[in-house]
Amino acid sequence: MFAYIIRRLIGAVVMLLLVSLVTFGIFFWLPKLAGQTTDQIAAGFVGKAPTPEAIQDTKERLGLDDPVLVQYGDYLKGIVAGRDYKAGPTTDKCPAPCFGYSFRSSQPVRETLVDRAPATASLALGAAIIWLAGGITIGVISALRRGSLWDRAAMFIALSGVSLPIYFTGLVSLALFSYSLEIFPGGGSYKDFTDDPVRWFQSLVLPWVTLAFLYAAMYARLTRAGMLETMNEDYIRTARAKGLPEKTVVTKHALRASLTPIMTVFGLDLGLLLGGAVLTESTFGIPGLGRLAIDSIRSGDLPMVLGVTLITSISIVVINLIVDLLYAIVDPRVRLG
Amino acid sequence: MTSTGGNETVVSTVKAPADAARPVHEGETLLEVENLGKHFPVTAGLLRRQVAAVKAVDGVSFSVRKGETLGLVGESGCGKSTTGRMIMRLLDPSFGKIVFEGHDITKMSQGRLRPLRRDLQMIFQDPYSSLNPRKTVGAIVGAPFRLQNIEAKQGVKKAVQEILELVGLSPEHYNRYPHEFSGGQRQRIGIARTLALKPKLIVADEPVSALDVSVQAQVVNLLEDLQDELDLTYVVIAHDLSVVRHISDRVAVMYLGKIVEVADRADLYERPMHPYTNALLSAVPIPDPAERGARRRIRLQGDVPSPLDPPPACRFHTRCWKAQDICKQVEPPLVELSPGHQAACHFPENTTVSATDAVAKAAVAQAPAPADEPADPAE
Amino acid sequence: MTGTAPAAGKAGTGEAPAAFLEVRDLKIHFPTDDGLVKSVDGLSFELERGRTLGIVGESGSGKSVTSLGVLGLHNKRNANVSGEIWLNGKELVGASQTEVRRLRGREMAMIFQDPLSSMHPFYTVGHQIIEAYRVHNDVSKQVARKHAIDMLGKVGIPKPDKRVDDYPHQFSGGMRQRAMIAMALSCDPELLIADEPTTALDVTVQAQILDLIRDLQQEFNSAVIMITHDLGVVAELADDILVMYAGRCVEYASVDNAFHQPLHPYTWGLLGSMPRLDRERSERLLPIVGSPPSLINVPSGCAFHPRCPYADLNDGKSTTERPELIELEPGHKAACHLPLDKRREIWTDEIRPKL
Repeated sequence: MFAYIIRRLIGAVVMLLLVSLVTFGIFFWLPKLAGQTTDQIAAGFVGKAPTPEAIQDTKERLGLDDPVLVQYGDYLKGIVAGRDYKAGPTTDKCPAPCFGYSFRSSQPVRETLVDRAPATASLALGAAIIWLAGGITIGVISALRRGSLWDRAAMFIALSGVSLPIYFTGLVSLALFSYSLEIFPGGGSYKDFTDDPVRWFQSLVLPWVTLAFLYAAMYARLTRAGMLETMNEDYIRTARAKGLPEKTVVTKHALRASLTPIMTVFGLDLGLLLGGAVLTESTFGIPGLGRLAIDSIRSGDLPMVLGVTLITSISIVVINLIVDLLYAIVDPRVRLG
Repeated sequence: MTSTGGNETVVSTVKAPADAARPVHEGETLLEVENLGKHFPVTAGLLRRQVAAVKAVDGVSFSVRKGETLGLVGESGCGKSTTGRMIMRLLDPSFGKIVFEGHDITKMSQGRLRPLRRDLQMIFQDPYSSLNPRKTVGAIVGAPFRLQNIEAKQGVKKAVQEILELVGLSPEHYNRYPHEFSGGQRQRIGIARTLALKPKLIVADEPVSALDVSVQAQVVNLLEDLQDELDLTYVVIAHDLSVVRHISDRVAVMYLGKIVEVADRADLYERPMHPYTNALLSAVPIPDPAERGARRRIRLQGDVPSPLDPPPACRFHTRCWKAQDICKQVEPPLVELSPGHQAACHFPENTTVSATDAVAKAAVAQAPAPADEPADPAE
Repeated sequence: MTGTAPAAGKAGTGEAPAAFLEVRDLKIHFPTDDGLVKSVDGLSFELERGRTLGIVGESGSGKSVTSLGVLGLHNKRNANVSGEIWLNGKELVGASQTEVRRLRGREMAMIFQDPLSSMHPFYTVGHQIIEAYRVHNDVSKQVARKHAIDMLGKVGIPKPDKRVDDYPHQFSGGMRQRAMIAMALSCDPELLIADEPTTALDVTVQAQILDLIRDLQQEFNSAVIMITHDLGVVAELADDILVMYAGRCVEYASVDNAFHQPLHPYTWGLLGSMPRLDRERSERLLPIVGSPPSLINVPSGCAFHPRCPYADLNDGKSTTERPELIELEPGHKAACHLPLDKRREIWTDEIRPKL
C-alpha cells in the first residue's frame, strides 16, 4: 500500500511537470517557432502601447533572452524555493511557492489564486453535495422502479439536464428566481463566507442548483445503470435468500457496490471543478478561478494562466489520489490485491 | 468429405468398429513438448521488483502422435490451460521447448508462425463469448481463409458451406448471426472455424464443459467423427474425467504445474498408479445409486496448494495419504513403470513391477540427494 | 388440466398438507417483449424432513426458477407466480412479502452455484454469516460472531476464528462453498435448497462438499432439494428424483427406479448422453438430438416430441396432446404417451444394453 502511494505521488509530480511544461511552451516556444523576436514576445506580454523601457524591463524580469528551458527551470525553482525579480533598481523577493507576478496587475499570482480559490471551492463543493445526494437518490429509485412512470420522468429530466448548457439553465434560473420572483440575489453579488455568510449563501444557491442539476442528471443515469447491474448480481440474490429486509439489500449490499465506479467519476469531476467552473462562474458573475483563467487567457497574462492551470492539475491529481485510496478502503479486493 | 444429415443430427457417417480402440499411430510424432514451463512474475514494492513467481506450468514433457487424442486433465490451477495456450503460442513459454512437425516453435516470431497457424487451431470453452456477435456465421468460419490469403477452389463461400455441413449445421446458416443459435450449435460454429483450413493439430480447451449434458454428447461425438474423417490430432484439455476417458487415446494427469501420470486411456483408468489419479477417479460421482457407499473412496483433505509456493519435492505430498519423508525431500521423476505408462511417484499403486526400484534408480540418477529412506513397496 | 403430480389431486383446495414441503401446480411465468416465458408450468411435488429430492434437468428446464420460486425470490412485478407452496403448514405463494422474507434464511435456505459471485465482495465472510444470523435472531454481535465461528468450524474450515475475518476472495473455491453452506445453515433451516452446489468446483472438492451436505443433513434432519444437471451427483445424494423438461416434471421416481428402470425417453436420453466411468467405454455416446426448447414456444403436445426418437409410435398424439404425469407404480410417475409395456420393452432391449 505504501509503495503504491509513493508510486502514485511520483506519477503525480511527473504529470504536473508535463502540464506546466506544455503550458509554458505554448506561451514561449510557439511564438519563437513562429519567428517572433524576444522583443516582440515581451511586447505581447506588456500589453497596450508598449514603451521600449517596458519591453526591456519585461525581458529582463522574465529572462526572455535565456533559452526556454532555462526560463522554465527558473519558473520551477520559483515554485520550490522562491525567486528574486529585479525590477529596475529594486529587487522583489517572491517567497516560495512563487508563481510569479501578473503581467496585468503586477500582483503576485499566488495571492490572486488564494483570493479567488474560496469562491470556486464554495461553488464546487456545495454543488457536489447537492448533486451527489440528489443524483444518487434519483438513480436508486429509478433503478428499483425500472420502467415506472417515476423512472421514465426522472430519466427524461436527467436527459434534459445533461443536454442543457449551464448558460441556458443558469440564465433561465436567474431570470426566474432572481429578476422576476426576487427570491435570490442576481449575478455578481457574491461575497466571501468570512465577509458575509448570509450573502454568501444567498448568492450561491442558484449557481449551486444550476451546476448540480447538470451533474445530478449525469449521476442519476450513472447510478441507475450501476444499480440495475448490481441488483442482478448473485450476491444480491444471496442477501435476499438470507431474509434481509429489502431496504438493507438495497442500501448495504447493492448501493455500496454500485458506488465505486461513481467515486471514480466523481473524483475527476470535482477535481476539474475545483480548478474553476468557467461557465457557471461567468454566468453568475462569481469571481472564482474559472473567470480568472478566462480573463487571463484573453489578456495573455501568462503567469496567471500557468498558475490556474497548475492549480487545476493539482486538484485533479490530488482528488484522484484520494479517490483511489478510498477505493482501497471500500473494496477489500483492491487493498489486499 | 462426406456431408451429413440435417441441422442438429449428429454426424455419424464413419463409425469405428466397436470396441476396437482407434489404431494407435505408432511412430510419427506431431507435437513434442520438452520441459515446458510458464512462470508468471509477481511484483511488489516501489520498483516493482519480482518477488515471486506463479509457477503455473513447471516443466512438463509429453508428445502427441499423429492421429491420436491426448487428454490433459487436472483440477483448476493445475496448468492445463496454460499448457494449451503455450502450445498455441498464445502465451510465451518461460522455458522449455515446443516442437511441432519438426519445427521448433518455442521462440518463433508471430510472423514466421503465421503459416503454421493453418495447421494449429484451438477450440475454446465458451461458445458464447468466443464468437464475434456482429459477424455472420459465414464471416466467422470464412475468416481463416481471408487471414491466410487462401483461395478455395470453388470460392470461399462454397468451402464454408461445406464445412458447416460437415459439423452438422446447414449451409443456409451462412448468413445468420451467432445469437440465433443455441449453445451446442455455437460450439459447432466454433469447431467449423477451426476446421476451415484443415489443421493438423487442434487444441480443445474444455470444449464441452459449457454445454448441457445431452448437447455435450453431440459435440463429443462430432469431435470423434471429424477426427476419423479428417485425420485430426487433438489435445483435449478438460476437467471432466469421464469426458476425457471417452475421447482420449492417451491421458496426462496434471497437478500443480507438473504431469504426474501419463498412460494409455484404458491403462490409466483401470490401473492408475499415481495416488492423485486414484483420488481423482474415486471422487467422480457415479451415476448409479447401487454403487452408493460400495466404492472405495479416497477423500483428499484440503485444497490444492498455491502455485505461488508449491510444496517441495513431490508436490502432492501435502495431501497424499501415502507420503513418507522421501516425498518431501526428493522429487519423484516421471518414469515409465510399465510399457507406455509413466508416473511420478515414490509409492505408486497398481504396479507389481519393480516400480520402487525404477523410481529410486531414476531418483538417484536425477537428484544427487540420496534416497536413503527405504521405499516401501506399494501397500 | 394439470399434471397429476404427487399432490395435484389436492391442488386448489387450499387444504394444508401433511407433508413438510408440498408444491402444488406451481406456475412461474415471465411476460417479456417476445412473449410469455413459461419457465415453470404446473409442477407439483412433496418432500419430508430428512429426505433429499434431486431435481434434474438441462438449462432452461425450469429447475432453478422453481427453487427461487419456493423461496419467494421472484419479483412480483416481472413474474407471475401461481399455485401453492406449503412449507410446514404455511402457504407461501399467497403470503405477504414480509412473511415469506421472515421464513427465508430461517426455515428455508439456499446454496448457490458460484460461491465467489454469491458472496458480497466487500464484506468479510464472518460479517455475512453474522448478518444472516442476526436478521432472524435477536442477539448481540459478539454472540452472533461466536455462532459464525462455530458454523465455520462445523463445515470444516480450519482456524475458523481467524478465517472469519477474511474476505470471500481470500478463500479457495471449496472453502467459499463451505462458507456459503455455513451461512445457509446458520439459522438451522429445515429446508435446504442447493442449486448446482458443486458445478463450479473441482472434482475432489465436489466430493468433499457432497459429503458435507450429506453429513449436515443427517445432523440437522433437514429436507434437501438438490438441483443439478449432473446425474452422478443425484445418484450419490438423492432419495427421489424429479426430472424436469421445459418447465414440467416428466418423470418422478425413487433414485433406484430412476436409474435402473426409468420410464421416460428423456431420462433415457440423459443417461445415454453421459460418458460413464463405471462402465466399459462405449464407442459412441447416445446424445439426444436437437437442443432444449424455447420456453416461449414450447412444442405442442409432448414438449419433448421434436427430440424424442419414439414420438412416431403414438399415432400423432405426441404432437397434439400433452401427456399427463401418471403414477405407473407406487412412487413412480412419468408423463409419456408410449404404452407402459412398450416403454419397458424399449428400456430393456434397446437402451439399457447400450449404457
